[in-house]
Amino acid sequence: MERVPEQRNLVLILARAFAAQLATAVFLLDPEGTIIYYNEAGERLTGRTFIEGAGETIDEWMTRTHPRDAEGLELPVQDLPLGTAMLKHEPAHGIVIFTTTDGVDRMIETATFPLFAHTEDFVGSFTLCWPIEEDRR
Amino acid sequence: MKGRIWGSRGSIASPGQDTKRYGGNTSCVELRPPGCDVVILDAGTGIRELGVRLVREGAERMFLLLTHLHVDHLEGLGMFEPIWRKQTELHIWGPASPVASLEQRIAKYFSPPLFPVHLSEVPATIEYHDASESEWQIDGAHFFSNAIIHPGPTVGYRIESRGRSLAYLTDHEPALGADLDRDPSEWISGFAIAHGADLLIHDCQYTPREYEHRLGFGHSSTEHVARFAETTEVDRVLLFHHDPMHSDDQIDAMRDDVVARWGVDGDRCTAAAEGAEIQV
Repeated sequence: MERVPEQRNLVLILARAFAAQLATAVFLLDPEGTIIYYNEAGERLTGRTFIEGAGETIDEWMTRTHPRDAEGLELPVQDLPLGTAMLKHEPAHGIVIFTTTDGVDRMIETATFPLFAHTEDFVGSFTLCWPIEEDRR
Repeated sequence: MKGRIWGSRGSIASPGQDTKRYGGNTSCVELRPPGCDVVILDAGTGIRELGVRLVREGAERMFLLLTHLHVDHLEGLGMFEPIWRKQTELHIWGPASPVASLEQRIAKYFSPPLFPVHLSEVPATIEYHDASESEWQIDGAHFFSNAIIHPGPTVGYRIESRGRSLAYLTDHEPALGADLDRDPSEWISGFAIAHGADLLIHDCQYTPREYEHRLGFGHSSTEHVARFAETTEVDRVLLFHHDPMHSDDQIDAMRDDVVARWGVDGDRCTAAAEGAEIQV
């Protein structure tokens, strides 16, 4: 048999199509924690185009952006909403501060949920991010 | 592989003067991979006549591949003569849902009040196989299924035998999930099924103008089929799942539109007609 070409799971294809239409920042990660997509709002939030950020792993992202909690304490991956979805396959919500590419500290409210396909296999995670403006802090 | 189209109409059976050439029966394709028992793609109304033929042949073991369970792909099963014979061994592949097995989902249609007999009363031996995303082998033929864009759990199939391949993607709207001109192939629904196939049987229900009012219905326009065929680098395309409101002449025009948009020789693209033989 010929080798079957690589193709994303349909749930990821549909999630990406959905995210591409949203004005809210969305990050799509594969099961190993690699960033496979983020939308234009995500580009604006991070100060990085998707062309630059595609393929980055969650570990690389953490090294670069130093995620902290609302009190400024560094967050290990398992305490990040995104890490919870990736490692425990559970939804999570929280406030995170990270440093953008241009050196600005940005506070966001973020909700992540794991994505399961019809066969109930974990195919990745879907993260929504809202920037928290100064007057809401 | 040889085969035959027993039904190429979409949505609802549409017999009549205007549909005589392409036929009014809903989806059903017979396939005969060398050395393998008969493979049937979908159980639309076209399967009734195929069943008569199989009983006459004395066929006892057969494989039915359901892409999904919308009525136009399932409604012929009750009138498929082999299932009413005890000696028949029927294997059915199809997509399960997150909450119900394939058998439970088929039984929703195949039971009162929609059908007089319950699926469990059928005398044939039926085995159900989840085809949500899998690969399997039968008698030298290789099968591959993958979930594709259409409302509800739906799969496409790729069948390979002796170096030849057929992709079956009826009821498919890849344009809903990706820009078929610009996005990388890994993001295009159905790409893995269709890539490099010798024959692609693909949904072509709408003209581009009709599609504007049918976005999200789960079907493709002539423009999408042309782009998809080009991207997946298939050899030939058989246009399938004709709209019940389209006459034979309209289907001819749609076929010409696909050829022009794809930019290939006309013999690489045909509209599926009931009774037509296929060779892969």
